[in-house]
Amino acid sequence: MPQPLNLLKETPSQTAGPYVHIGLTPNFCDITGVYPEDLGTVMVGEATKGERITVTGRIFDGTGTPLRDGLIEIWQADASGRYPGPTDPRGGADPHFTGWGRCPADGETGVYRFETIKPGRVPWPDGRMQAPHISFWIVARGINLGLNTRLYFPEESAANAEDPLLKRLEHQARVPTLVGKREGQTITFDIHLQGPQETIFFDI
Amino acid sequence: MTEFGINTPPETGAFLPRDRNWHPPAFTPTYKTSVVRAPQKALISFDNSLSEVTGPRFGHNLIGPNDNDLIINFARPGEMAIGQRIIVHGRVLDERGRPVPGVLVEYWQANAGGRYRHKKEGYQAALDPNFGGCGRSITAEDGSYWFRTVKPGAYPWPNGVNDWRPAHIHFSVFGSGFAQRLITQMYFEGDPMLKLCPIVNTIADPAAIEALVAPLDMSNTVPMDARAYKFDIILRGRRSTPFENRREGN
Repeated sequence: MPQPLNLLKETPSQTAGPYVHIGLTPNFCDITGVYPEDLGTVMVGEATKGERITVTGRIFDGTGTPLRDGLIEIWQADASGRYPGPTDPRGGADPHFTGWGRCPADGETGVYRFETIKPGRVPWPDGRMQAPHISFWIVARGINLGLNTRLYFPEESAANAEDPLLKRLEHQARVPTLVGKREGQTITFDIHLQGPQETIFFDI
Repeated sequence: MTEFGINTPPETGAFLPRDRNWHPPAFTPTYKTSVVRAPQKALISFDNSLSEVTGPRFGHNLIGPNDNDLIINFARPGEMAIGQRIIVHGRVLDERGRPVPGVLVEYWQANAGGRYRHKKEGYQAALDPNFGGCGRSITAEDGSYWFRTVKPGAYPWPNGVNDWRPAHIHFSVFGSGFAQRLITQMYFEGDPMLKLCPIVNTIADPAAIEALVAPLDMSNTVPMDARAYKFDIILRGRRSTPFENRREGN
């Protein structure tokens, strides 16, 4: 036998379940007094640089029914394309921007909503620039392992056309599932878990 | 932020790919809700960019003094939650066995009778007025975390006619990159409900199921106070090639 590689196995995922709010957004489900506020509710402040946008939408299951118990987290670069925190080796991100948000779907309508800024462009590993995008992570009852997708911007058609990830997708007809619809400062991004309009999900 | 030794490259490399035969697949029909919530098309794979290797960071100042004590963090002054008092502790490591310090671990659970404090919950078991069910920690330098709680009860759910969840605690864990984001459930050693649970059985490999079962840990019991269970969490490791971290223009 050769030497073992000594790698551990990642802890397997399980569904977040219908009561994910108890742990991740307790104030949202009326468990008050434990945390001052739910984490990830506020991403920007007055001093944050960049264009204010609202990102909103719903998650639909394979029957076209909106999920009313889903939860979304987003992660994005600042207006100049830098990520907050120590793991962007370039540093220099806007100190007034968290880059990260968390929002449960509304318990009646299924609508989620983030108040954020439009991200700048971030390099691909080979140095080409990606189009502006926001990374999404979706968990819910019935989802065994969190789903990863990305939101791109409709007004960035030139950047989207040269985006190294979008360009390499075989089924170009599916690319529009990753592009939001824009009205003013509001970008609507509906996510379809299954079916003919199925959103592209990534194995990252 | 972790300090890096002189010969230790900063951990900014791409993550090792997920083993999706080890994780549960999306479509697991005996867990009924997964049927219409599972994508039918293949996931698109690509090597990590900065968007995946970076992730949010939370400071220790986020954590309040009672955030890791579910016995008192929702209780009225001077009162405590009812149930079997336990300490849950463990370490967050990566696949290379290295501690993952300074990351947020969140946990939530039902009370001792299996009742969740949630408006959409209809189980007749009583709420405990002194139990909320949520807590959080930030891992120490050695990747360790711990919290005090009551052991949750088993819980019936509308899947099959007579399906019951084993006693479990939900966990949400951040690493240093968004691609490490993980939600899972911890189960308790020796629970006979484990074999019967459609959610546990979304995982095909028995060894992967065992990785979610916390052993009783009498070495960390507090005598005359609380028993202990150990639950280590393994996050994705990063590729270690030093050249990865020296890209031109980065």
